Amino acid sequence: MTDALAPAEAATEPAAPAGGGGLGRYLAAKVGAALLSLALIVVLGFLLFRALLPGDAVRTMTRGRPVSAEGLAELERQYGLDLPLWRQFLRYLGNLAQGDLEQSYTFRVPVIQKIGERLGPTLLLVGVGTLIAVALGLWLGQRTAWRRDSPFDRTATGVALVLWSAPTFWVGLLLLSATSGLFPSGGITYPDTPPGFWPQALDTAHHMVLPTLTLVAVVYAQYQLVMRTSLIEEMHADHLLTARAKGLTDDQVRRRHAVPNALLPTVTLVFLHLGLVVSGAITVETVFSWPGLGLLISEALRAPDYPLLQGTFLVLAAAVVVMNLIADLLYRVLDPRVRAA
Amino acid sequence: MSATWARRRAAAGAAWSQFTAHRAGVFGLGVLVLIVMLALAAPLLTGADAVDVTKATGERLRPPSGQYWLGTDENGRSVAALTLWGARISLLVGLSAALLSLAIGTVVGVLTGHFGGWGSAVLMRLTDFFLVLPSLVLAIALSTVLGAGAGTIVLAIAVTSWPSAARLVRAQTLTLEARPYIERAKALGGGHGHIIARHVLPGVLPLVFVNATLAVGTAIVAESTLAFLGLGDPVAVSWGGMLRTASTSGAVTAGAWWYLVPPGLAIAVVVLAFTLCGRAAESVLNPRLRER
Repeated sequence: MTDALAPAEAATEPAAPAGGGGLGRYLAAKVGAALLSLALIVVLGFLLFRALLPGDAVRTMTRGRPVSAEGLAELERQYGLDLPLWRQFLRYLGNLAQGDLEQSYTFRVPVIQKIGERLGPTLLLVGVGTLIAVALGLWLGQRTAWRRDSPFDRTATGVALVLWSAPTFWVGLLLLSATSGLFPSGGITYPDTPPGFWPQALDTAHHMVLPTLTLVAVVYAQYQLVMRTSLIEEMHADHLLTARAKGLTDDQVRRRHAVPNALLPTVTLVFLHLGLVVSGAITVETVFSWPGLGLLISEALRAPDYPLLQGTFLVLAAAVVVMNLIADLLYRVLDPRVRAA
Repeated sequence: MSATWARRRAAAGAAWSQFTAHRAGVFGLGVLVLIVMLALAAPLLTGADAVDVTKATGERLRPPSGQYWLGTDENGRSVAALTLWGARISLLVGLSAALLSLAIGTVVGVLTGHFGGWGSAVLMRLTDFFLVLPSLVLAIALSTVLGAGAGTIVLAIAVTSWPSAARLVRAQTLTLEARPYIERAKALGGGHGHIIARHVLPGVLPLVFVNATLAVGTAIVAESTLAFLGLGDPVAVSWGGMLRTASTSGAVTAGAWWYLVPPGLAIAVVVLAFTLCGRAAESVLNPRLRER
């Protein structure tokens, strides 16, 4: 949520990847940068949760329970907290290389297992939410740009700005209290739903309505506004005049000649702003107790469960870096102008 | 010197009259002035007792009435007074976070834009790295590590939001450095300090100012989100903190809309006002956007 709306982003910085060189060099540069980012994430994950952490983690772990001095020492040994910092870092790297993210303090299971359990619901929610938000945003964006300053444009742009200004969790809480009783207030299924695909799927869909709606409400606005700006910039292009001159209808000009060009910056934005979607997912899942990674983070916050926070930080940050790499490569494929450069 | 100031005053006057041509921007500015004045006047309007849990006078979760215009919270405090007092923390944290992040961004942007070389390349690589990181996840990690509180939230927001400012300032610095008058200054023997302070910064600051207006809005949303997740100062009254207690105390499920609507609406209105101001100021600076 901390990246500004930057409606002029597409205009001022056309995300042009480094020109020159062939596809191979471009690929190598992008993949190299992504690998460097991943390495930085790994280091940052260690620095944040090991080097900066105040007090000793073992005491937090055993808070509220009487533990003997030997017990504390034993726990410290178990987590490797008695070693010097550089040995701890090596141990951390070694564990990471084997896909081991240590044990969760609160759940008493490996962090990686917990993340695996919660990944599905988050992917479902974020996937469906992003698809709807992108479709809605692109559609509204091109409509509003094409009929600029019409009442429709004013209303739709105003609504988008208001929804973008509202905090995600507040929209969720409002929806929850406004539709009280119509939809379940939390979870992903009722415990008494019969097994089998259809009853479970329907129940999940019922539980998903409000979280998805909230996510869409907060996320779609940026797609709409960027699509609008980028189409407005495109509208004075000479090829549109030509298209009109050869007798195409207004709709054909928009669909075939204006929108495809304006689509590019917006499509890249879908991937680039994925961090925003992740932020949205954390708050939405917290409000609706949706059993995904976001809820896992806010559960970990309550303890606080540092290995779990570290694990989710590593996984989410790495996921966003990978998605960005995909966006860069996709842009190259989609835009012939960049490909030729 | 006086000639310079007269010129700057004239430029500021022209920018102001262009700004006032944007009705939405003027409206946003008006709303902001009103809210800031209300926040400053909170002690005069209600007194600190109104938000003290031990001195609460009302019954718990009462709907709006003549005495409590916006009803009461789960401790019997007036929601109207809480919202008024909450404005102070939310605005203060939002403003400080935006300023800190812009300060970092401006320093990094100007330095990398002016000096170049491998040091700048490393800094820019770092900027790109922070730009990509999911900011809320990093802010949560920072807040847990540093302990809950307003200062932590300011730091967490600043650390996660400076990169976009840095990129913007760097791009502007590079554009300015290509201008002939900077070349002239260099040829006349102007040092780095002189060129940055007298030629680059004056050209970059308007952009930073506009960015600040937009950044405060996002910082306020980020503040409320972190407070809602329980990372704020548990004692101080803030809008995000109010929504957290409304949610955890069961006020939402009890249908206490009067507890839920005011703080959230306040956030939305303030953020919208900052956004409208920022967009108007942005189009004053960048004529290409004037058509929007």
